[in-house]
Amino acid sequence: MKNNISPFTKFRQSRIFWPLVALLLIFIFDGIYAPGFFKLGILDGHLYGNLIDVINNGAPLVLVAIGMTMVIATGGVDLSVGAVIAISAAMGAVLINPAFGNELISNDILTQNVSRTPLGLIVLANLAAGTACGLWNGFLVSRAKIQPMVATLILMVAGRGIAQLITNGQIMTIYYTPYFFFGNGYILGLPVAVYIVLAVLGLAWLLVRKTSIGLFVESVGINAESTYYSGISEKNVKLLAYTFCGFCSAIAGLILSSYVHSADANNIGLNYELDGILSVVIGGTLMAGGRFSLLASVIGALVIRTFTITMYTVGIPANALLAAKAVLVLIVILLYSEQAHKIINAVFERKGRSKDAKN
Amino acid sequence: MSNPNDEIIRLEGICKNFPGVQALKNVDFCLRKGEIHALVGENGAGKSTLIKVMTGVERFDEGKITYDGKEIVIRSPQHAQNIGISTVYQEVNLCSNISVAENLLLGREPRKLGCIDWKAMNKRAKAIMQDLDVDIDVTQPLGSFSTAIQQIAAIARALEISSPKVLILDEPTSSLDAHESNLIFKVMRKLCSAGVGIIFITHFIKQVYEISDRITVLRNGKLVATHETASLPTIQLISEMIGHSLAEYDEMKKSEFVVNHKKALLEAKELGRKGMVEPFDLELHAGEVVGLAGLLGSGRTEVVKVLFGIDEPDNGCLIVDDQLIKKHSPFEMIMHGVALCPEDRKASGIVGDLTIRENIILAIQARLGWFKFLSKQKQYEIANKYIKMLNIATPSSDQLVKNLSGGNQQKVILARWLATDPKMLLLDEPTRGIDVGTKAEIQKLVINLATEGMGCVFISSELEEVMRTSHRVVVMREHEKVTEFAGEVSEREIMQAMAGGE
Ligand SMILES: Nc1ncnc2c1ncn2[C@@H]1O[C@H](COP(=O)(O)OP(=O)(O)OP(=O)(O)O)[C@@H](O)[C@H]1O
Ligand SMILES: [Mg+2]
Repeated sequence: MKNNISPFTKFRQSRIFWPLVALLLIFIFDGIYAPGFFKLGILDGHLYGNLIDVINNGAPLVLVAIGMTMVIATGGVDLSVGAVIAISAAMGAVLINPAFGNELISNDILTQNVSRTPLGLIVLANLAAGTACGLWNGFLVSRAKIQPMVATLILMVAGRGIAQLITNGQIMTIYYTPYFFFGNGYILGLPVAVYIVLAVLGLAWLLVRKTSIGLFVESVGINAESTYYSGISEKNVKLLAYTFCGFCSAIAGLILSSYVHSADANNIGLNYELDGILSVVIGGTLMAGGRFSLLASVIGALVIRTFTITMYTVGIPANALLAAKAVLVLIVILLYSEQAHKIINAVFERKGRSKDAKN
Repeated sequence: MSNPNDEIIRLEGICKNFPGVQALKNVDFCLRKGEIHALVGENGAGKSTLIKVMTGVERFDEGKITYDGKEIVIRSPQHAQNIGISTVYQEVNLCSNISVAENLLLGREPRKLGCIDWKAMNKRAKAIMQDLDVDIDVTQPLGSFSTAIQQIAAIARALEISSPKVLILDEPTSSLDAHESNLIFKVMRKLCSAGVGIIFITHFIKQVYEISDRITVLRNGKLVATHETASLPTIQLISEMIGHSLAEYDEMKKSEFVVNHKKALLEAKELGRKGMVEPFDLELHAGEVVGLAGLLGSGRTEVVKVLFGIDEPDNGCLIVDDQLIKKHSPFEMIMHGVALCPEDRKASGIVGDLTIRENIILAIQARLGWFKFLSKQKQYEIANKYIKMLNIATPSSDQLVKNLSGGNQQKVILARWLATDPKMLLLDEPTRGIDVGTKAEIQKLVINLATEGMGCVFISSELEEVMRTSHRVVVMREHEKVTEFAGEVSEREIMQAMAGGE
């Protein structure tokens, strides 16, 4: 057996290979059926175009995918991310607009371009609310030993109610322009959201690769009992993962509410739990937990976003989108099955061997 | 004796490569009707791989298989079963929480008017087990029986699914004591007199001689030779297995140990937990090896689990290094310099999808915590040191642990704990599934560690091994510490204490 594996083989066996292939396939599809898809332009000194939309629009999903990756890697799942987004968004909106209590609010108070609370505090409150939600999930899973799906289902159902309580049951529109910076602002021609994503990704990468947390998370996901026997607190590892996921969802809520200028407790972040899980699955992390790659999940999220935008571009109506997504899921799951991998690897190896034979 | 022309299955020139490892190189093997054929070799020699090739779990790269006189390709385990090749893997793959009868007939329950006919099912199951000369209550959950009975049930199920011509048993006796192994042997003899060919993998040389007709020896993936058992001296067999003679086996001597009553490293007073182990006293001194003897299920494992904080004691107290332990958890015990090498390597030992390196540093890293992450370089250093020290057969420390052979996995767990540099080492069946050469090495290692001042607790189902390594032997029976022997003691005395009564 040779030890010098070619760079291509190495790349083919890396975790980002399949997500990238999926992305490429969609791009090829776009190249054929929606030629305008790749057009980039500059407007007011900003880049714009479908591709920019993918990353700007996709930022919240990428963030959710990063958090979800950690949770799934421990062998759990977080169904409450959508609800946490709603809570975080509600928190921001309510701190800008005076909707507390029973005081009579007239329209002109609501539509003023001012904030009751300093922007920094609002952001902190957003993050704190989401992180607290994550902590709650983590507590239920790690200490109360409730199954992750059930534990996070509680917040998934209750979360939007909580968000409504916060906003007093109204859909709150935001008129405070500085708040729009996170979802609509640009720095050096690129959306602010991109920088936020990069920052969170950097933080997550530091956490999982420069501390032992990444190793512990994988270890818990693969074999929790062995991990416990080795002296690692499986509970704290899980608590951390869920809390981090809550934190990521909170940032997603901030960006999303900033982007749409409102906090609608019932609709903001809808279906993000499903898209988040799907991103992680496309990223190649097993639902059973274990080995994970943040970058692969990020690409997974981009795949979903690109797919969605592509469907819109080619004119698939919104209500058929779910069906189209289902097809995507089906293809992904089939591609990732052991059987398919065996066949594909066999094809590559045969090619490699015939190449060796020629040389 | 069987007739040489009675071949059931013949493998010729089998080669099998895994990335970085050639597990089988040009191996020939044949099995005759009605014989018991022992397959032996060191850890990682390729025994399990040869079996997997025969049962369609793994595809081989080169070679050919002739079955019943015709050349065939075995496509899958299902296919192998259908044509009459049945396998019992080392880990019993049955469900311990349902009854023996259900386990045996799962998927083929006798039915009456569409409903399961429980009466017929239990009767049928009872008959199957009686066929194998085991008379038990088949309505009881499988988990309530000893490992030997579970093992026999696994064999019975393998026989039930198809009436096999070839039965493969991969280390069926590794966790059984002598008496229980005999139960399995009885079953094996019975089957082979009915014409079934049996392949038997084991690391116990004694058992090879006790039961087999022929022996095939593998070393480093290559066939060394096939012999008639009767004409092969033990010495030759061992040297064929490990490539040199096993001189050090006899030289081993435990160091003289004088109890220093002033300083016990670890002291348990009336420590116990309801339903697991009755309160017991135990002292462990620096430089001492304490053997825990007892039948299977006598509570040996429970003792070390309570000591290590896996299960919190609800009685008594534990003093380690003059400090009273207040919070019982593995982490706490690691911080106090205690290490536990657990019994069930698959469930509570290895983390299969992590690499060897990551598995080895896991416990050190647990002690260092979240933020003092060992650098890659340091990790490789530690891993490579122990791979060399324990002779772990692997191309690199980046190999996934689940790809290692069973015995080598065991060594990785041992390495994980040695790497924490413990003052007290609790070893629960550390030599299970380990080949003769390495077994001697591990025993020597334990003795050496003790000489250097470590305190060790040593559990093993092989009494011989316990006696060879231990200064003191504690005997457990029915979840209770019954007695303790220090100094010279005969095997008979210990056995009597283990069995109790008479
Ligand atoms: N899936 C795999 N991928 C890579 N290497 C493997 C795989 N399975 C087995 N090997 C390697 O093949 C060799 C033979 O392994 P095998 O399990 O057959 O040994 P064995 O003789 O059964 O040993 P033991 O007595 O320890 O069970 C080992 O070096 C092992 O590391
Ligand atoms: Mg094996």
